Amino acid sequence: MRILIKNGLVIDPVKQSREIRNIYIENGIFVSGNGFVTDREIDAEGKAVMPGLIDAHCHLREPGFEYREDIVSGTRSAARGGFTTIACMPNTSPVCDNAAIVEYIIHKAEEQGSCRVLPIGAVTKGQKGSELAEIGLMAEAGIVAVSDDGRPVEQSDMMRKAMIYANQFGLRVISHCEDMSLADGHMNEGIVSTELGLKGIPAAAEEIMVARDIILSEYLNIPIHLAHLSTARSIDLVRMAKDRGVPVTCETCPHYFTLNEEAVRGFNTMAKMNPPLRPESDREAIIAGLVDGTIDIIATDHAPHHADEKEIEFALANNGIVGFETAFALAYTWLVRSGRMSLEKMLAKFTTDPAKILGQKLGTIDSGSPADLIIADLENSFVFDKKQIVGKAKNTPYDGFELYGKIVMTVQGGKIRYEA
Amino acid sequence: MQLISKDLLGLKELSKEEISLILDTADTMRLVLSANSKKTSHLQGKSVVTLFYENSTRTRLSFEMASKFMGASSANISASGSSVKKGESLIDTARTIDSMATDIVIMRHQQSGAPHLIASKINASVINAGDGMNEHPTQALLDMMTIRKHKGTLEGLKVAIVGDLLHSRVARSNLWGLSKMGAQVYLAGPATMVPPGIERTPAILCSKVEDAVKDADVVMGLRVQLERQQSGLFPSVSEYARFFSISEDVLKMAKSDAILMHPGPCNHGVEMPTAVYDSPQSVINEQVSNGVAVRMAVLYLLTSRRNQ
Repeated sequence: MRILIKNGLVIDPVKQSREIRNIYIENGIFVSGNGFVTDREIDAEGKAVMPGLIDAHCHLREPGFEYREDIVSGTRSAARGGFTTIACMPNTSPVCDNAAIVEYIIHKAEEQGSCRVLPIGAVTKGQKGSELAEIGLMAEAGIVAVSDDGRPVEQSDMMRKAMIYANQFGLRVISHCEDMSLADGHMNEGIVSTELGLKGIPAAAEEIMVARDIILSEYLNIPIHLAHLSTARSIDLVRMAKDRGVPVTCETCPHYFTLNEEAVRGFNTMAKMNPPLRPESDREAIIAGLVDGTIDIIATDHAPHHADEKEIEFALANNGIVGFETAFALAYTWLVRSGRMSLEKMLAKFTTDPAKILGQKLGTIDSGSPADLIIADLENSFVFDKKQIVGKAKNTPYDGFELYGKIVMTVQGGKIRYEA
Repeated sequence: MQLISKDLLGLKELSKEEISLILDTADTMRLVLSANSKKTSHLQGKSVVTLFYENSTRTRLSFEMASKFMGASSANISASGSSVKKGESLIDTARTIDSMATDIVIMRHQQSGAPHLIASKINASVINAGDGMNEHPTQALLDMMTIRKHKGTLEGLKVAIVGDLLHSRVARSNLWGLSKMGAQVYLAGPATMVPPGIERTPAILCSKVEDAVKDADVVMGLRVQLERQQSGLFPSVSEYARFFSISEDVLKMAKSDAILMHPGPCNHGVEMPTAVYDSPQSVINEQVSNGVAVRMAVLYLLTSRRNQ
């Protein structure tokens, strides 16, 4: 199918530029417009046209937890949120720690999914932290990184081996930074946890592991990527490390720059996540880290859960929220519309920068690249309604939020994957 | 004046006026209790269910007595003998109780926020009889009733609360309630058992028990669970007793007419020596009597609110 998208404001995160021009798609790739005959013409006047978004951190729950989400529903949700490429974490059941499961995920997504799925393999067998998973064989099958996300690689020696070994196959470790001995709690440790009588998780539980991973990366001179950072000191540690030239990259998620721990009041399980929502000062520091470039990318940590896993006693409720269908609008509303950063700069954290970290030639609108793009309405606000989520799970704290940046179309590989 | 919410979930949620209303009503109920016939008809035709997921002697018994004295039909469920053992969820259990025309559910649960969860799902009024580390509102109300009886007022009093502050829902409810009523709460206990962010509450934290107790009008001990020693929060029971017990010498530092309180059950020789527990300043047994009056008051106020 040949598609012409005309009159849109095309935002290029590579050139950090914007211009009103036409986009031509043929055979699944962007082409130049000479002598172009189109099957479908889309008028994007007054809308922004951008490369498809890339999520370096999500949970699709298949295999094993299909009652929460599966590859079909998860990719459909991703497409509605403007994501054309998503990297899924391996904490499925069984764990994605071998080539067979990697191949299963890739094939299922290719045949039935609504966007490109790039699996992330486990660091250790069963994510148990004791033996390396078959990282080489999984690399051959198509993984783009390794991670034991959901739990940390607790032993420093195992982390060191994993970094060295994964690096040999051109992959980096994505580290879930958490000192488990300090993390026996249900929300951020502080005045709010005291007022609610909930056990707290101190910021130090994250920061201690951030420091360890930075030290290993510097000592070995091997890249590492730190997942879902949430505290001011974590960002300071990364900033100082980057100044020294340590090959560390990091991500945060929209909830860490849009919400703070106050959201937990009333025992709101939709505000329960790991790492937990932090005080306002940390939220500000996350925004500062995004603005000055310390934080490389924004990932969703899309974590679908069944209603029964959230509508229970706070301490027993599962951690995490769904993220695909709100991520872009939250980032646009809080970062760009608020005047904290340019759209081009914000967009790079959803496109070119995650592509780099995952080693993919994606996230551009140059001729010859896969035709992954989105069209968004940046002018009109909309009220986010969780009943309209197309993923299986509706666990979001953003129901009823007024946001800007509604995705109106998602094209991936030259196919229209979502249309509002 | 009546209570604003259909539920009593915590003192955090109550206004100063609502607390006064409950305490005034409890004073009246106390008169009923001291009368020859303890029967009233305030709860005639009402149904009260106690749902306890944790053990209790005082709280459960006093709620039962209070409902019986006022003529309610009452039933009891405990987690161990119910479908909870078969894995029934809290919400399903609560809805089951609600479907049997229950007016008031009195619940104790090991998880903070559990009563709040069911309160939003059922029609019956929910009374929190202790949730995790969060609140134990009727305990703090009976404590305040006891203090007010002895001191005439709560305004301007110095109240020292001593012991395991971190895990104590009694300490939290008293802190929120007493502060609202104009008392100044002083806290002391092992530094490993001080809740984070306590400096941002109205309480004043003292590093020594003596500093908290000095010139206090009220000295309140808190139960320390001896298992806490195994999780590394203090080295030994004898060391705890040496530094954090309300000894006779410590109690002497309070005002000469200070009263001594404890929510019970007390570990004698740990939180305080038996001589202090039994001393003339101790009002611990009176707290228990007032517990029945406070629970009658709460049941009455929530029921009359429902009748409107």
